[in-house]
Amino acid sequence: MRATVLVRPKQGILDPQAQAVENSLRQLGYAVHGARIGRVVDLELESDDPAGARVQLQEMCDRLLANPLIESYEIELHGGT
Amino acid sequence: MRTPRPRIGVVVFPGSNDVADALWALGALDAEAVPVWHAERALPALEAVVLPGGFSYGDYLRSGALARFSPAMQAVADFAAEGGLVLGICNGFQILCEAGLLPGALRPNDSLSFVCRDVVVRVERTDTPFTARCEPGQELTIPVKHGEGCWYADEELLAAVADLDQVALRYAGDNPNGSVGDVAGVVNAEGNVMGLMPHPEHAVDPLLGSGDGAFILASLVDAARLRLDALAEASVRR
Repeated sequence: MRATVLVRPKQGILDPQAQAVENSLRQLGYAVHGARIGRVVDLELESDDPAGARVQLQEMCDRLLANPLIESYEIELHGGT
Repeated sequence: MRTPRPRIGVVVFPGSNDVADALWALGALDAEAVPVWHAERALPALEAVVLPGGFSYGDYLRSGALARFSPAMQAVADFAAEGGLVLGICNGFQILCEAGLLPGALRPNDSLSFVCRDVVVRVERTDTPFTARCEPGQELTIPVKHGEGCWYADEELLAAVADLDQVALRYAGDNPNGSVGDVAGVVNAEGNVMGLMPHPEHAVDPLLGSGDGAFILASLVDAARLRLDALAEASVRR
């Protein structure tokens, strides 16, 4: 089973990297704001059980993939193997 | 009779690059400094542990996030839980925060630039094993060199940190990374674990620009020696 984990800086946390990228986009003429830069983790799980996989992924996020003080995360499960 | 020197371990992670300076500085301050490989599951007999600066595990994922799961760090966590003295410098501070042994997290500098220069820090606590040689409010000139030194705590955590008076060092005037409350170093609630972004091990000899780092490291060596003496006394009594 494939999974994608999206990790983002929490709302309200200064994201200087995103600010720099947003400034560059505006210099290129795009009217954008609210940029945030996070991280994507793609994984293959040796499991056919979506519920169990989700529990495992949540544990992975809480223990390692995200720092709960500064980051939020979203888990996406993709069907099939 | 010469008193035996306290033993202080310096944990070597893949990517640690301040090990030699830490070993040298602790040795110069009359400790017996020994390297401890990150894959060790048990620590040798030590009075204190230093987690050195560098880029453990390449700073992959988040700085300190991978090092905290190394076998030696599990042993360091047990050591700290038993009251052992642990000092984390720069990457060591990041590891201690990731491990939950210190409050907060270290984020990329607000400038997005790597900063490498002397900074002035003000000593906010002198009742810790890491700052006992300092005067209250004393200003120390110690270099920083980091890209991710912006200490962060949300409002709730910041209030808890203030309640327990856990801020040991603050940047005086110029804050090099945008840390919340100008925090440069914090201790745990029990006071036996400290982390700081500046590098005291690079400033123990005035020849190198400042000797002020010795106030921190010599405090640690003093505290380690007290532990050694207490152990010796206990074994005599036994």
